[in-house]
Amino acid sequence: MSWKRKDLLGMQDLDAAEIIGVLDTATSMKEIAAREIKKVPTLRGKTVVNLFYESSTRTRTSFEIAGKWLSADVINFSASGSSADKGESLLDTARNIEAMSPDVVVVRHKASGAPALLARHLRCGVVNAGDGAHEHPTQALLDLMTIREKKGHLEGLNVTIVGDITHSRVARSDIYGMRKMGITVTVAGPPTLIPAQCQELGVKVSHRLEEAIAHADVIMMLRLQHERMQGGFIPSLREYSRVWGLTLAKLEHCRPDVLIMHPGPVNRGVELAPEVADSAYSVILDQVSNGVAVRMAVLYLLAGSKGA
Amino acid sequence: MNLLIKGGRVVDPAGGTDAVQDVWIADGRIHKIGRGLKPPAGAEAVDATGKVVCPGFIDMHVHLREPGFEYKETIASGTRAAAAGGFTAVACMANTFPVNDNRAVTDYILARAKVEGVVRVYPIGAVTRNLEGKQLAELAEQAEAGCVAFSDDGKCIMNAELYRRAMEYALPFGLPVISHAEDCELAHRGAMHEGFVSTELGLDGQPAAAEDVMVARDIILAELTGAHLHIAHISTAGAVRLVRDAKARGVRVTAEVTPHHLLLTDEVVRSYDSSCKMAPPLRGKRDVEACLEALVDGTIDCVATDHAPHAVSEKEGEFAEAANGIVGLETAVPLLLDRLVRPGVLDLPTFVARLSVGPARLLNLPGGSLAPGAAADITILDLERTWTVDPATFRSRGRSTPFAGLTGAGAPWMTLVGGVKVAS
Repeated sequence: MSWKRKDLLGMQDLDAAEIIGVLDTATSMKEIAAREIKKVPTLRGKTVVNLFYESSTRTRTSFEIAGKWLSADVINFSASGSSADKGESLLDTARNIEAMSPDVVVVRHKASGAPALLARHLRCGVVNAGDGAHEHPTQALLDLMTIREKKGHLEGLNVTIVGDITHSRVARSDIYGMRKMGITVTVAGPPTLIPAQCQELGVKVSHRLEEAIAHADVIMMLRLQHERMQGGFIPSLREYSRVWGLTLAKLEHCRPDVLIMHPGPVNRGVELAPEVADSAYSVILDQVSNGVAVRMAVLYLLAGSKGA
Repeated sequence: MNLLIKGGRVVDPAGGTDAVQDVWIADGRIHKIGRGLKPPAGAEAVDATGKVVCPGFIDMHVHLREPGFEYKETIASGTRAAAAGGFTAVACMANTFPVNDNRAVTDYILARAKVEGVVRVYPIGAVTRNLEGKQLAELAEQAEAGCVAFSDDGKCIMNAELYRRAMEYALPFGLPVISHAEDCELAHRGAMHEGFVSTELGLDGQPAAAEDVMVARDIILAELTGAHLHIAHISTAGAVRLVRDAKARGVRVTAEVTPHHLLLTDEVVRSYDSSCKMAPPLRGKRDVEACLEALVDGTIDCVATDHAPHAVSEKEGEFAEAANGIVGLETAVPLLLDRLVRPGVLDLPTFVARLSVGPARLLNLPGGSLAPGAAADITILDLERTWTVDPATFRSRGRSTPFAGLTGAGAPWMTLVGGVKVAS
């Protein structure tokens, strides 16, 4: 595959061929994880900076492992305890980091559009590791990889995404990516958590969980942020989990081969009953493993595949 | 001192004039308008053949930032920008530091304007102390000091009871109360218009209803009190409908619209470029169409720029964090001439009216007409002059505009205040 992009900012930018290219690359990367010595020299001498303005253990660690298995030098830069705390602007921080000549900057930021801003100003590659409620493309790629691995294909599947769609970058990236791969996407949640004119994203919208998941091949449960009660989006966690939490009982009328996914971290007992999270339906840990493979693929494509 | 502006197309909607005439200015005032005027020997002459001679344009909504935020703009730089943009007068909002909520600040602004201003400056006083929305500012003293209206622009007074009192208290001064109509609870943290674009971008949106609700409330309060309510920077189809209905009922309500709300939709926010961020936000297509229609039919009385300069550092960061506001003084007239007047959306006399007699009447200002005896505040347009919006050339200290790089034709050619050339 020929990868031509400087940056990976969102699934909205990618076409189906590019998505398949990343998934195929990730599948071959996954083999490295099975080795006893998990290291290849592909990115030796390359520098990857993890610039995380929002706390994240899973995604940051995943990028870090991905970089290290490819022999890149990985530097973690988190907003707390850094110059960002002292009021340095995002662009100033970025310019300073660029002066140290990284090959790829991986950025997580609470502001939608922050990676796009950086990409405009930095010569090196920029990977969006989650920006506000906008996009989280590597999450969508690892979700697609997991679904393809388990189902053998993507086209024609039904995926239902359940929960806080309004504030979810995962939902947006999944929707963009899945639609391009021929998946039918349904989103479900209380109307307060479905964004304006959501149907125009090319999805079905449902306000009833049972109806939304009845024919699903995959159910993607989103994390409910506790602060949503303060915004008046939901009355209580108790009511949310009763109406929107996925339990074994609600799964009874679903397809027997349904996959349960979750971008993590799971609020056990809120959106997902513990027995569902730990059931045979759940592929949550496969998502995590595939996350490393997808990020290896992305770092390789951005930093390693050209001029190497 | 005599000056003759010769051979231009004089468009004076207040006097119903649209014809090629000469304008004779004597001692800073319009002396005579007619053909083949012969002023005394030694009079200066300006050949305005092929140009359009209009009553001086008035921008009733600018932020001059002085005192307190001189790093964003000063009275000197802001009024130079105004003159360059074809404006002979501006009304400046009260959100300075200290806030213009008392006579001392009004006096200061007027004194600075007298020394450093190149166009007329009309201060707008705050409605509430320190713009806090809690206690009335000293409106009587501000009126006495020369404020031409009252507004907490930039903030919305959420307390309806207090706003009712403000409208009542302002009645004897005959000055309008200008509403920045935005229900800040309903607008939530919205950094842009709520719609499909905000959904795609994952930015918090504020619904058009946040403006509509407040316009409805304010119209009801204007009906209750009999006050003159002016809606600043109207931007939604709903608010336009409310104003149209209220006017039909005889409520004393007027409205202004900005060039950016007439020319751009929320689609341009897709770039996450903070030069597309302002309050109210850029709206949807239907809203833009409603504003245009209302400007043409007179539901909207005037165009105002909401010229809101900021330092580069306040605009260059993340979209949600960037300051609200863009500059407008130097782009408004060229943009509207090229995008609305040239294609015939807005005829030239209506365009001139919305920028001159429209704001003059609603603020009870002396300008807005070329009647003999009036101060010779004159804007001369060259409809053929081509331009490119280049922020580096702005007289304003602000540089943020979503129109950078645009090209077109039609621009101010000369601006005169009291018969004196202030830009050409």
